[in-house]
Amino acid sequence: MDEAEKNRLRWRSRRGLLELDLVFSRFLQHEFDSLSDAEFEIYQDLLLLPDNDLLDLVDGKTESKDERFVPMLARLRSWNNDKKQQ
Amino acid sequence: MAKLAKRTFDAVVVGAGGAGLRAALQLSEAGLKTAVLSKVFPTRSHTVAAQGGVSASLGNSEPDHWHWHMYDTVKGSDWLGDQDAIEFMCRAAPQAVIELEHFGMPFDRNDDGTIYQRPFGGHMSNFGEKPVRRACAAADRTGHAMLHALYQRNVRANTQFFVEWMALDMIRDAEGKVLGVIAMEMETAEIVIFQAKATLFATGGAGRIYYSSTNAFINTGDGLGMAARAGIPLEDMEFWQFHPTGVAGAGVLITEGVRGEGGILRNASGERFMERYAPVAKDLASRDVVSRAMVTEINEGRGCGAGKDHVLLDITHLDPEVIKHRLPGIREISIKFAGVDPIKAPIPVVPTCHYQMGGIPTNYHGEVVVPDGAGNHVVVPGFYAAGEVACASVHGANRLGTNSLLDLLVFGKSAGDSLIKYVKGEVRSMPEIPQSEIDRTLARVDRLNNQTNGVEVNDARLAMQRTMQAHCGVFRFKDMLKQGVEKILEVEKMVQKTQIKDKSKVFNTARIEALELDNLIEVAKATMISAEARTESRGAHVRDDAPDTPATPNGRDDANWLKHTLWHREGNKLEYKPVNLTPLTVETIELKARSY
Ligand SMILES: Cc1cc2nc3c(=O)[nH]c(=O)nc-3n(C[C@H](O)[C@H](O)[C@H](O)COP(=O)(O)OP(=O)(O)OC[C@H]3O[C@@H](n4cnc5c(N)ncnc54)[C@H](O)[C@@H]3O)c2cc1C
Repeated sequence: MDEAEKNRLRWRSRRGLLELDLVFSRFLQHEFDSLSDAEFEIYQDLLLLPDNDLLDLVDGKTESKDERFVPMLARLRSWNNDKKQQ
Repeated sequence: MAKLAKRTFDAVVVGAGGAGLRAALQLSEAGLKTAVLSKVFPTRSHTVAAQGGVSASLGNSEPDHWHWHMYDTVKGSDWLGDQDAIEFMCRAAPQAVIELEHFGMPFDRNDDGTIYQRPFGGHMSNFGEKPVRRACAAADRTGHAMLHALYQRNVRANTQFFVEWMALDMIRDAEGKVLGVIAMEMETAEIVIFQAKATLFATGGAGRIYYSSTNAFINTGDGLGMAARAGIPLEDMEFWQFHPTGVAGAGVLITEGVRGEGGILRNASGERFMERYAPVAKDLASRDVVSRAMVTEINEGRGCGAGKDHVLLDITHLDPEVIKHRLPGIREISIKFAGVDPIKAPIPVVPTCHYQMGGIPTNYHGEVVVPDGAGNHVVVPGFYAAGEVACASVHGANRLGTNSLLDLLVFGKSAGDSLIKYVKGEVRSMPEIPQSEIDRTLARVDRLNNQTNGVEVNDARLAMQRTMQAHCGVFRFKDMLKQGVEKILEVEKMVQKTQIKDKSKVFNTARIEALELDNLIEVAKATMISAEARTESRGAHVRDDAPDTPATPNGRDDANWLKHTLWHREGNKLEYKPVNLTPLTVETIELKARSY
């Protein structure tokens, strides 16, 4: 994935909920750049979800029916549990 | 001379949160060719974060009346709210909520099918007697459901959305009339003129001026920055609501609904301390009262935890089923951000910056009004504002919970109606765009693109946030404010020299964040300078040096300070305008010391 596409995803990781901003900003800082092209696509699709649904998934309150999302959500959840301040 | 591509509309709305969408719907349904610009997809606007609900005196669970709602709002505002605007809003509330229900909003319901209502801080029956159920919610997704319903309606009404566009500046002609905005498409970095017969700002708040905030990163006060740069003063910017219950450390909000359902605040010794500060309303007193009580507990050494720096919100006595059903998101938030399961242990909380009461000065028609230099307040032709960016002023010195979503609906609609009248009645032609306005924006962008040996955006932003937090927080001190003014003007110099390494065009977040910081700093200056000057305590503005005397109860000095602040960017000049104490149809709600 080229830099321009990555930047698009960086912007789309800005959400309407602080909870998600906190998780995504840590993820962007530490993991995002090392994703494979296939993983970028999954991340991109995940970002299409409404904020509340996404938060429920990231919180582990719901589970995704889409198999592809499961490993990505696990990675995001690990940033969620990190209580470091942004 | 730089030329820019131009698009023309009857109306341009900047912002697609609750206020922008409600306004746009009004415009499109009246047949106006309407463009809505948003930095993010509309349903991701910050309104999505609102969980608690929207207030209206529907009286579905017990008797209620708009006049009681009005009384609560005036009292909540610590008498700084304009009583004409407050009457207008509270009377319009039931209809606004029912209209939203008809738009498809899935409100929680009672068994008889009416909208379920819950109690919320500051909402009382019979002129302050006892808490009343006035908040209408859609589970913990009130804001999302509202955005969704309004967005769908707008699509049907043919509103044209420009998503991932960032407005950079507003355009005014020599007489001050507003001719549209200059905006940047994030995808291409192309800068385009959106010319319109009228322009409406609904860009939301600027809570990111503080280090600890419940607001998402997107709340950068762009509308305020644009207005300030275009010579529009900002009203009452010293008044920021600190939400009593942000999760200690993270800032993430625990809704007041938790206290509505029976949550209790406790100090280090487990005492329910709100009983001392607000014997009647207790934990459901108005936000500023609760925040102040919490900070007093902490300052006097009764805070909890190793640092004694927070208090506890206890819901362990509630039925776990109530927690799961009525407060579903809360348990997750607490587990994830505080590491505590609230069914088993209380949640650590601190007052956290939450809501901006001030903003672009408007009347209750949503028209922007400014002083004309001769002692009058006149409308700015072609300019409207609604929502958190605007100051109508219904929230005065302190907003009641659930009154913001109501504000979006009521003033989104009324601003829309005023705009329609103006466009259909008064606008004859689309004037030339002054080149100087275009150059003003391009110079700012070029400065950023060409800056070398400058300051990193993150460093400047952090300096601003820390300065605001330390010098202009929940409790304010004379000397700290004075130093704060000096410091924030220093930070402004940093912001004027921000640099970006990445000069790429497509979704350059570094550039976007630098441009956002240009707006945040205007809000920070307005806040600090207005706060330093106001030497009383009122609502959310609490000064250590404002004595509590019979003439100045709780430090509120009506003889000298019952007036709105107007901050002008030019020279950081302050002026004041009277509070409107005359409602539309009922009698003035007379000044009283505030107690809950
Ligand atoms: C956590 C939280 C919970 C809350 N809960 C409640 C509640 O229960 N009840 C209640 O009444 N209030 C609540 N509030 C307050 C309320 O949610 C907000 O005041 C309100 O949603 C603001 O709506 P708005 O339409 O003014 O702006 P927003 O919803 O913030 O929308 C702003 C819009 O402007 C756009 N925008 C901004 N700048 C630009 C630009 N330069 N160019 C283009 N577009 C731009 C954004 O993309 C967005 O679409 C809560 C606030 C928070 C933080």
